[in-house]
Amino acid sequence: MKEILKITHLKKKYQTPTEEILALEDISFSVYPNEFISIIGPSGCGKSTILSILSGLTTPSFGTIELKNKCHLAYMLQEDALLPYKTVLENALLGLELSHNLTKENKDYVIHLLDTYGLGEFLNKYPNSLSGGMKQRCALIRTLALKPDILLLDEATSALDYQSSLAISNDIYNIIKKEGKTAIMVTHDISQAISMSDRIIVLTKRPAIIKEIIPIHLETESTPIENRKSKYFSKYYERIWRDLDVHI
Amino acid sequence: MFTFSEEHTLYIKQLKKERRIILFGKVFLFIIFLSFWEILAQKEILNTFLYSSPSKILSTIKTLLINGQLGKHIWITTYEVGISFLLSSIGGIFIAFLLWRFEKLAKILDPYITILNSLPKVALGPLIIIWVGADIHSIICMALLISIFTTIISIYTSFISTPMVYLILFKSLHASSIQTFWKLILPYNIENIIAALKVNISMSLVGVIMGELLVSKKGLGYLIMYGSQIFQLDLVITSIFILGVLSYIMYIIIDYVQILLKKKEKYN
Repeated sequence: MKEILKITHLKKKYQTPTEEILALEDISFSVYPNEFISIIGPSGCGKSTILSILSGLTTPSFGTIELKNKCHLAYMLQEDALLPYKTVLENALLGLELSHNLTKENKDYVIHLLDTYGLGEFLNKYPNSLSGGMKQRCALIRTLALKPDILLLDEATSALDYQSSLAISNDIYNIIKKEGKTAIMVTHDISQAISMSDRIIVLTKRPAIIKEIIPIHLETESTPIENRKSKYFSKYYERIWRDLDVHI
Repeated sequence: MFTFSEEHTLYIKQLKKERRIILFGKVFLFIIFLSFWEILAQKEILNTFLYSSPSKILSTIKTLLINGQLGKHIWITTYEVGISFLLSSIGGIFIAFLLWRFEKLAKILDPYITILNSLPKVALGPLIIIWVGADIHSIICMALLISIFTTIISIYTSFISTPMVYLILFKSLHASSIQTFWKLILPYNIENIIAALKVNISMSLVGVIMGELLVSKKGLGYLIMYGSQIFQLDLVITSIFILGVLSYIMYIIIDYVQILLKKKEKYN
């Protein structure tokens, strides 16, 4: 299969008045259609920087990003960031509104997504009437509304408690698979990465390089929650734990 | 049918009772104050030539009403406050936008805005009169100077404290800065803007009265000045009394607008 995104020799330096921080040393990897990729690494290693660069929020110091077949990316933040003064529907339409793409067809598509994923009765409600999980789903639909080929998920569940995080991971995974999207997720949660991904990119501590890329084969072919029961799960967990070389 | 428990009904009753007590207290305090004043005046313990009395205030209001002076003076003061309030609100929000949009400009202007805000504007009075002319323009100019800087500072401070996560969201959706302003900064900070406007309206009133004291031939400030010049203190105290009522009404109007907005934004 042909890759749809190719990253080569990505490097990022941050400047501060007192020092120069090398966040990313040299990062190269490819992404294939419909893949779910997780990027995991020690905290502060610059894993979120990769997503910031891919989404255009920051510029790389060096390296190239090749997007094939004019496919485009959309970024989903760590927090839901729903605007309190807009309704659920208006929030989901925000990206289309800002890019002047608010056509009848696009609007219908968003309403369809909200309906499909359990937010149909909340279209005209405000975000404060949603649960944490529903807010996250609404934020995901706001991202999907732009019809991206690749979704960039930045610690999408880290603001939630453990059980909600499990449930939302499941939701996000199912929605992404059902809509046939490719995803790159940054996470610090080893279990979450194993349960959702086709491949896991493990980074070293700062300045980050790729320690290894691990293909995941759980042989369960089901939801992230079910995947955690796979007999291979702990083997992957130990391997990544060793890679991350955590010292407390 | 939805019914409340007995405890809840009791609680509501208690709440209503409390509200009644507060309202009663407000009115009671006012009446007690006026009665004492009137009685002391009647018994000639207070010199009514210096301290006036409620009945004298009433008769002054009556005289002013009959010769048409009262309406004219109240109107002109209200008009001047209205114009100053509008100008400093729109100007204040616009300048706050510029400062928000151009961070460098904000940093350059920071010391100037701070100095202009803390400078006692009445010190500029003589200059304003000479530069702008001894008419309504210098009154509005004075009111603007007094009210606009606090408006700029409080609205700008609110703008820049908009949570980062929303700014990142807008940036990731490739919003222009105009879009970010109209669709995020302004609606997100609407509560703070209204709070700033509340302060603004009383500052405008202060500025207008100060201006009227200095130059005008009309308005409540003028009445106060005129009354003191001809040593007719009834007129001075009556004008101050009306001024108090006027500022309370203006405050209530803004308060009402705020409640209307809150009702519209059901999310609150």
